[in-house]
Amino acid sequence: MQVVEAGPAVAVRGLTKRFGSGPNVLEDVSLDVAEGEFLCILGASGCGKSTLLSLIADLDQPTSGSVEVLGGKPSLMFQEPALFPWLTAEENVQLALRLKGVSKAARRERAAELLALVRLKDAGKKRVHELSGGMRQRVAMARALAQDSHVLLMDEPFAALDAITRDVLHEELVRIRESQKLTVLFVTHNVREAVRLGDRVVLLSSRPGRVVKEYAVEIDQPRRIESPQVASLSVAITEDLRTEIRRHGGQS
Amino acid sequence: MTVQHDDLASLEAGLDALETSVVTGPSRGHRLWSATWPPLVFVALLVVAWQLVYNARVVEPYRLPSPGETLTALQDQWQSGDLGEAVWNSVSRGGLGFIASLLLGTVLGLVVGRVKPVRRAVGPILSGLQSLPSVAWVPAAILWFGTNSATIYFVVLLGAVPSIANGMISGLDQVPPLFMRVGRVLGARGLASARHVLLPAALPGYVGGLRQGWAFSWRSLMAAELVARTPELGLGVGQLLDLSRQNADIAGVIAGVFTILVIGIAIELCLFAPLERTVLRRRGLLASSL
Repeated sequence: MQVVEAGPAVAVRGLTKRFGSGPNVLEDVSLDVAEGEFLCILGASGCGKSTLLSLIADLDQPTSGSVEVLGGKPSLMFQEPALFPWLTAEENVQLALRLKGVSKAARRERAAELLALVRLKDAGKKRVHELSGGMRQRVAMARALAQDSHVLLMDEPFAALDAITRDVLHEELVRIRESQKLTVLFVTHNVREAVRLGDRVVLLSSRPGRVVKEYAVEIDQPRRIESPQVASLSVAITEDLRTEIRRHGGQS
Repeated sequence: MTVQHDDLASLEAGLDALETSVVTGPSRGHRLWSATWPPLVFVALLVVAWQLVYNARVVEPYRLPSPGETLTALQDQWQSGDLGEAVWNSVSRGGLGFIASLLLGTVLGLVVGRVKPVRRAVGPILSGLQSLPSVAWVPAAILWFGTNSATIYFVVLLGAVPSIANGMISGLDQVPPLFMRVGRVLGARGLASARHVLLPAALPGYVGGLRQGWAFSWRSLMAAELVARTPELGLGVGQLLDLSRQNADIAGVIAGVFTILVIGIAIELCLFAPLERTVLRRRGLLASSL
């Protein structure tokens, strides 16, 4: 568990979102993410996980409620790496710096540092299509880190990867988060992934998305996804998640 | 901890190596050769067949010249200086017309592609214009401008601008919305977003439009030159072709058709095909790029 410091890094207050005249996608969601905390948001389809991140990233406006992010703009990673195919790996990272107004020489240096951090020192000149899925997602991570924001939002970033690669990237993320002292808000529908990574797991209900329950994950890092501690907490959370899902079948 | 991290580093290096396929394609020269010889063989066969038909006298010689006679006609046109002059005039007209179409078509495409009300009003008409052969404008243009360069350029522009604009529009339409979101997350707004995200993402469709735009300018130019023939316009390839027809010089006519075809193919092969290939290969959109 991280020590909770003064103000939260992300403060979500009474957030409600609906699109047009549709039903509420999110309803009265309130969350605090402490500085340096790794918070996983867990939920089935339709719980508005991605909408929540879009609102926090200021890509969309809430119907009501407020979002505050320490240090301004958070960085955001998607399920797809969404690297620009007309640029090389290092140019993708440099673009993030360029849009922040970093000078050319400093851009080069910083991009090389970040690629080294995600262990892609020698892949900088490669084009996106020459990289594997895992490597692309690491370049995307380097690009997100280039924004130099306190808070990293991640929208199921590993969902499209194979299990072995995902496992390695979990380890990689935990290492980078520690070395960069990041606050991470990580959205997933994978219970074990949430327990593997998070200091805390928040379970959202579906349609509308509401905070149902919170779990503190008191397991020391480095954790392994197949460890018994991760498994036993995952079983408990999965039970609650299933109960949540059953409500929508109209039989409970 | 360090031991563990070294462990992870080597694991990751192994995974990266396994998942990155290193396929070295055939060399550039080899690829060029294998792309060149099949069409050459086919053309050679066509010439042989042509010669055989000629020998068999199925068609009277004044309707079908032999390959040799056509070549001689081409040589004569060259030696008289007509061919050189005509090619220069036509290519420079075509090039100038294309550059003007490029500027107009790009701006038009950007406006129609990005401004919704304009899109709704102008979009359907712009794609409709593509199916109108621009040579249909020649009579009107002659009445408006007289038989001069203005008529020629007018027809070339009407042929090429819709293609280029439509290429730009479809390029813009194909930009994945996710790219625009990523651009916003990275802090790209307004002009920066257009320059760093929107325009590069739209490039493949745009280049396709340019290629088609060139084909349309060349076609329209030839059509216009065939119809509009006055001394003040000078000699273009189309005029040269029509001159041969007036002289009932079938070898000269066939030579003219070949000249038009060869110029069209040469510009396509030397300019637009490599441009498109480069854009697509960089993005991994060509099979041979692996």
